[in-house]
Amino acid sequence: MPPDKDLLLQMLERMWRIRIFEETVIEIHSSGELQGPAHPYIGQEAVAVGACAALKDTDYIAGNHRSHGHPIAKGGDLGGAMAELLGKSGGYCKGKGGSMHLADFSIGILGESGIVASSVPIATGAALASKQQGKDFISMVFFGDGASNQGACHESMNMASLWSLPVIFLCENNQYAITTSYKNSVSVDHISDRAPAYNMPGVLVDGQDAIAVYEATVHAVERARAGEGPTLIECMTYRFEDHSLGLDRVRDNPYRSDEEVDEWRQRDPIPIHEEAITSTGVVTAEDCAEIQARVRVDVAAALEFARNSPYPEAKELFEDMWAE
Amino acid sequence: MPNMTYMAAIAEATREEMERDESVYLMGEDIRASVYGASAGLFEIFGEDRVIDTPLSENGFFGAAIGSSLVGQRPIVETVTSFFWVGMDQMISQAAKMRYMFGGQAKLPVTWRARMFYARGAAAHHSDRNYNIFMSTPGLKVICPTNPYDAKGLMKTAVRDNNPCLIFEDGIAISSRGEVPANEDLPGGELLVPFGEARIVREGTDCTIVGIAGGVAHAEDAAKILEGEGISCEIIDPRTLVPLDKQTILTSVEKTGRLVVVDPAHEVCSVASEISSIVAQEAFWSLQAPIIKVASAQVNVPYSPALEPLVYPTPERVIEAVRETMS
Repeated sequence: MPPDKDLLLQMLERMWRIRIFEETVIEIHSSGELQGPAHPYIGQEAVAVGACAALKDTDYIAGNHRSHGHPIAKGGDLGGAMAELLGKSGGYCKGKGGSMHLADFSIGILGESGIVASSVPIATGAALASKQQGKDFISMVFFGDGASNQGACHESMNMASLWSLPVIFLCENNQYAITTSYKNSVSVDHISDRAPAYNMPGVLVDGQDAIAVYEATVHAVERARAGEGPTLIECMTYRFEDHSLGLDRVRDNPYRSDEEVDEWRQRDPIPIHEEAITSTGVVTAEDCAEIQARVRVDVAAALEFARNSPYPEAKELFEDMWAE
Repeated sequence: MPNMTYMAAIAEATREEMERDESVYLMGEDIRASVYGASAGLFEIFGEDRVIDTPLSENGFFGAAIGSSLVGQRPIVETVTSFFWVGMDQMISQAAKMRYMFGGQAKLPVTWRARMFYARGAAAHHSDRNYNIFMSTPGLKVICPTNPYDAKGLMKTAVRDNNPCLIFEDGIAISSRGEVPANEDLPGGELLVPFGEARIVREGTDCTIVGIAGGVAHAEDAAKILEGEGISCEIIDPRTLVPLDKQTILTSVEKTGRLVVVDPAHEVCSVASEISSIVAQEAFWSLQAPIIKVASAQVNVPYSPALEPLVYPTPERVIEAVRETMS
């Protein structure tokens, strides 16, 4: 079922929210205002946005180190995200988690993670809980081609299929684990080819096409909610930037050719989506321009909020260790 | 008062907590068959959603337990201390850190129960006394019950705690029997042992012996013999290492002026090291003799029955240490 006009526009807006957020992050990292590492999501926006568009607020997501796109796609607040990156008390995690640990439990964002593949069992467990509790909440985990080789990933897929858990394994194959091509680390042509080994459907999708990602995810969501078990979706995508801000040595390593990067930049998910939704006449170019302009204002306000938010006080160091 | 084995006490605690709260469930390897004796009959009572036999995937199912706890479940995970290593990524990087990293949003009511067998010819891969490693990791509660009463009461407290709890079931303690009061004889109708309250196993005046896990039994054996020599030992079982009841230990050392710590962990950075450090720093002027650690030798556990007993603390080593503090 194709998405309706409101959803198509919301998808565009969320892609712009990620894109402009990340451009701002790159700027404040260059200027020295942002200290810690950050992994830009630019180029992969259609994956998180297309996938999250198929979810409800009550569904769960968990993510990885390339961590800003998933919560924004799930509807997370920009100010709280930016404040977290700056280590401020107005951040999602009061400044204790930073870029790689954004979480907002109130809308099902169970946390990004700095250890590759470590969220895969977590999301599997949230799905187990749903089943035990008799709820129809489903769980989705974003992981990369690098993570697909971790034991945690294989163990989780086996358990999820064995127990018919409502979890979607959403692999973002951006083709490089830092500098290592998936062609040099994955023993099959595509990660989705592994799905039959776990007795679950494996779907290969163009990760630059938000509508294609949405449609594949809708199918997986229906299957999960019906109690039919997990699905592995592999989205072929590309990160337009280097692995991480501040990791200059990686930039010096010619692990990707300029031609390859340029070729993928031609497949920018935002123009692809704009073209798709304006060509049918559902949406006008003006609608698109208006969304982009609005998001610029929203991101600027988020940065302002983050800058004005105070740093945590020293007494907060020992807070949040133990639950009552 | 009913007299029962340690594992029967654990089994009783598990069943009671599962009856009390339907978010409590049990997962692990071979638990429906109750290979280790703590889960017999639970599958028949609670069914497949609450008594889950897992594949051999510690990192995977430890993580699934953690993930489920984030959204309202209270898993009890049964395993073996040596298999903690296999699931360490999820225990340390996720369970211990998630609440803090997420600014207090997460609650992680996961209870791990791990059998800690050693001194039985199981060699280096199945003889790990590794509670000290977890004690030094912020974010985990570490529990070492040494008798059936504490096993039941601490286990029930752990299941109700909203933080990750690790229960180390010492092979020496597992073979113990003891009295566990029936619920109807208890005020409040249930047995809950609070965390962070040490038990004074035996009162004495000459030397304080802190026993960790199976070290408590060695201390008791030693104290009986030393009593015949006119040496009066006070034995303290901390029961929980995180949180640690420092005060009971300090108060005792202030009275006796001497300290021996008996700890089956390897001696370097052991619990004995930590307790010695606390006492040296906070009760130095009460000490009349150097503190002695009786811990496991800093060597891997050998298989041969000729070698393995040389590794661990024994009552004889405890006696020797106490005599040395008295000399």
